[in-house]
Amino acid sequence: MVKNPVVKKIKNQAREVETGILGGKKPCLKFPVRSLANVRYDPRRGHFAMKGGKKERTLTVATVKSFAQTLKMMALSKELVNQNDIATKREAYYVSKNWGAARFREQPESDTVMDDVEALFGVNREQLGFVPEEKGGDVAGELVVMDVDPSTGKKLRIDCTKFGSGAYSIPISVEQLDFETNASFILAIETAGMFQRLVKHSYWKTANCILVSMGGVPTRACRRFIRRLADDKNVPVYVFVDGDPYGITNIYRTLKVGSGNAAHLNEYFCVPQASFLGITPKDITEYDLPTHPLKEVDKKRAQDALKNDPFVKHYKQWQKALQTMINMGVRAEQQALAKHGLNYVIDEYLPRKLEKPQLFLP
Amino acid sequence: MAKPKLYKNVVQEDTLDLFGGGTTEVEPATVPKPALETIGKEADPPVPPATPKGNGNAKARRGGSKPRKGSAEEQAKKQREISISEFFTKNRHLLGFDNPIKSLLTTIKEAVDNSLDACEEAGVLPSLRVEAHQTAENRFKVIVQDNGPGIVRAQIPKIFGKLLYGSKFHNLKQSRGQQGIGISAAGMYGQLTTGKPVRIISRIGPRAQAHLYEVKINTSKNEPIVSRDEIVDWDVDHGTRVEINLEASYKRGRRSIDDYLELTAVANPHLELFYIEPGGDEIHYPRVSDELPHEAKSIKPHPYGVELGILMSMLDKSKARNIRSFLQDEFARVGPGIADSIIGNAMLKPTLRPKRATRDQVEQLLKGIAETKIMNPPTNCLSPIGADELEAGLAKVVDAEFYTSISRKPSVYRGNPFLVEAALAWNVQGQKADDLAVLHRFANRVPLQYQQGACAISKSVINTAWKNYGLSQSRGALPAGSLVIVVHIASAWVPFTSESKEAVASYPEVLKQIKLALQDCGRQLGIYIRKGKRLAEARKKADYIKSYIPYIGEALREILELSEGKEKEIIETLTDTLERSRKF
Repeated sequence: MVKNPVVKKIKNQAREVETGILGGKKPCLKFPVRSLANVRYDPRRGHFAMKGGKKERTLTVATVKSFAQTLKMMALSKELVNQNDIATKREAYYVSKNWGAARFREQPESDTVMDDVEALFGVNREQLGFVPEEKGGDVAGELVVMDVDPSTGKKLRIDCTKFGSGAYSIPISVEQLDFETNASFILAIETAGMFQRLVKHSYWKTANCILVSMGGVPTRACRRFIRRLADDKNVPVYVFVDGDPYGITNIYRTLKVGSGNAAHLNEYFCVPQASFLGITPKDITEYDLPTHPLKEVDKKRAQDALKNDPFVKHYKQWQKALQTMINMGVRAEQQALAKHGLNYVIDEYLPRKLEKPQLFLP
Repeated sequence: MAKPKLYKNVVQEDTLDLFGGGTTEVEPATVPKPALETIGKEADPPVPPATPKGNGNAKARRGGSKPRKGSAEEQAKKQREISISEFFTKNRHLLGFDNPIKSLLTTIKEAVDNSLDACEEAGVLPSLRVEAHQTAENRFKVIVQDNGPGIVRAQIPKIFGKLLYGSKFHNLKQSRGQQGIGISAAGMYGQLTTGKPVRIISRIGPRAQAHLYEVKINTSKNEPIVSRDEIVDWDVDHGTRVEINLEASYKRGRRSIDDYLELTAVANPHLELFYIEPGGDEIHYPRVSDELPHEAKSIKPHPYGVELGILMSMLDKSKARNIRSFLQDEFARVGPGIADSIIGNAMLKPTLRPKRATRDQVEQLLKGIAETKIMNPPTNCLSPIGADELEAGLAKVVDAEFYTSISRKPSVYRGNPFLVEAALAWNVQGQKADDLAVLHRFANRVPLQYQQGACAISKSVINTAWKNYGLSQSRGALPAGSLVIVVHIASAWVPFTSESKEAVASYPEVLKQIKLALQDCGRQLGIYIRKGKRLAEARKKADYIKSYIPYIGEALREILELSEGKEKEIIETLTDTLERSRKF
């Protein structure tokens, strides 16, 4: 049996630790720092890349517990990969309950260690045999997804126009999928409510597009799905989210360039070709939308992004937009368009916007 | 001398209800005046001592409400001698008899102070028996018995039956009582509130006979009246037993007589004390030191401590022929050379006769003293408890994990020698870690139980940075921690803030010495606490190592498919490496 490259990495690291210990030394693990401060925006490749900051965890009395946990997590991963099995984050947390004193008290502790291991080897957690709980996202529209039946191994053609008022659910792992489509664009939508409206009125038919519901900040699977689809079929991606700092700096930015927390993976989990359809601060005045005042957290988020987010700092247009929003002191939700009629978004807003995609924010 | 009717109640030996209904007057906190003084101007009706019938005063007032005649003759009629009992009644708060609870404490305190001083002066290790019996709802009988030298028969009436009689007032050396008010005031109080005399049994030696006396005070003349004097059988070789009946009440807790006796045992490790508390239980504080405190010598006053008025009266009373010999005779550390420098600096003639000195010349003399460098006063007037003894005394009443103590070298404030001693007990049984520290203050071995906030000792404790010694402390508060702090100041003249002798005044030098003593103890405590923390850390480290290293071995075995022997080797090597490492 050919050794899986991940297992090889795990073994090499473990061997290094073993040699250190037997040599009477204190072994040391070097983790990339997982934070926004350790990423830069790479405009050529279109995503966040790690700056190379590393934190060292030397095995001392104080770190012996997390050191033990990290090694046990690696051992679990090796076992999963070798047996071609998976464990959810929650399951991994429960497995740790067998580790006596080294067990995790709460799941966030085990998630952190898992993210550390992931970053340590520069792989994604699915490669380690760990899968997230979260849903990938929903798809409807002009798309056929080719998948494999897990029990028979036969090819499956999934036609995303045939889900009626329902939708196709993006699986946790999307690497094995192939696509067929003639759609002219992909519309990634923040809220399930807006997605429902567009599906109900078969907007994808009218606009010849693929609708994706992200349900908040897009999961890795969702980002990877959109990325692969857009790359394979050369379809533009437009993003339609709430007009507030969260929609812009968290949802849109994470979809487009990735996150600061797992920057070593952003290369795969980002959609650099995405552009921002709305709702822009300009839309709020142009379409005379009902607004809510910005909360303190919103203001702080916007100001933080202006100061620290390498993506925002790279684009003057985004700085201007966020500054405008701070100055206006208000935000507007996608569904605020209903003020002008429930189907205003379908009949007026989207068509008008789609006339000039070159005006979308980067 | 014809006494006005007004005083009838007081002069006669009727009992008074000092605290009962009706007497709600608040008295100005004046300095007590000498007992025999004439009242100037209008005779304020004396404190209305509410008589049981309560009509005497009313009549007197009516008698005085005639048309005004402010002539000298009219005023002269009202000017008369104050009786001692009137003085007492008016100033009882200054003497420690403000309320029934405190009266009980003061009475016991005066008797115990006297007994201890007497024993020590005679070179006897004191063994005291203190009893407090409740005889009626608000009546107590206090008995204090010592194994001291006894009192010669001739002195007994004066000591117990005359206010302001004593040897200590004029004597500059460390002693417990200083004001000369003492036991006779307690007797007087008992007499005024119960009508009963003070009962004394005293025996001066195994060959002498024991005498029983009952003594009262003639409250108008401040003279003793001996109402009983007989020979009795007493199974004690030598000693004195004093019995006083008084109006009082008893409460447990801080500032109680229980507390006072316990603290007295702390500050007097050479004392053996039996205490029969009002509930009838006997508490025994054993002796923990067999050494008597070394005897304090009397000293002359130091020139730096003298004030204008005192200097004037000293000059006036002096028998010296000139100020040069006056200075040498009356003051400590003044020889011919120093006397000449003082007189030179004062620009006075050495031949000036002390009695002839004018006020201006006395001022000059004071200035001359201030400008002359004079050696510090002798310190043999002090009798410290001693660091070890203080610690032993503290350990006698406080059960703690750690004790430390210090006895500092003597220092001087305003010409008065004094020294500071301090002790700490840490991790005290019955005190939680977040409780505020308990502070016990002592002056000349006497516990100070009132006015903690006004006392220099409290200020110094608060101003000491206890955080440096591993304790927590809020701004302007005592440190927190399971801690008992003891501070003792010994001096020939302790600078009390008031006559009730409950708080030490904040002279900079006094504050400084207290702080230095506390810092010394604090450092010792800090070292101990840190050592404890280090040990705890080492234990934690060992625990850590034991609980987590096996999982490192196990994980490596699983990943690398190692043998169990290899796993064991990994665990042992790593344990060894980490145990040797200092870094935590």
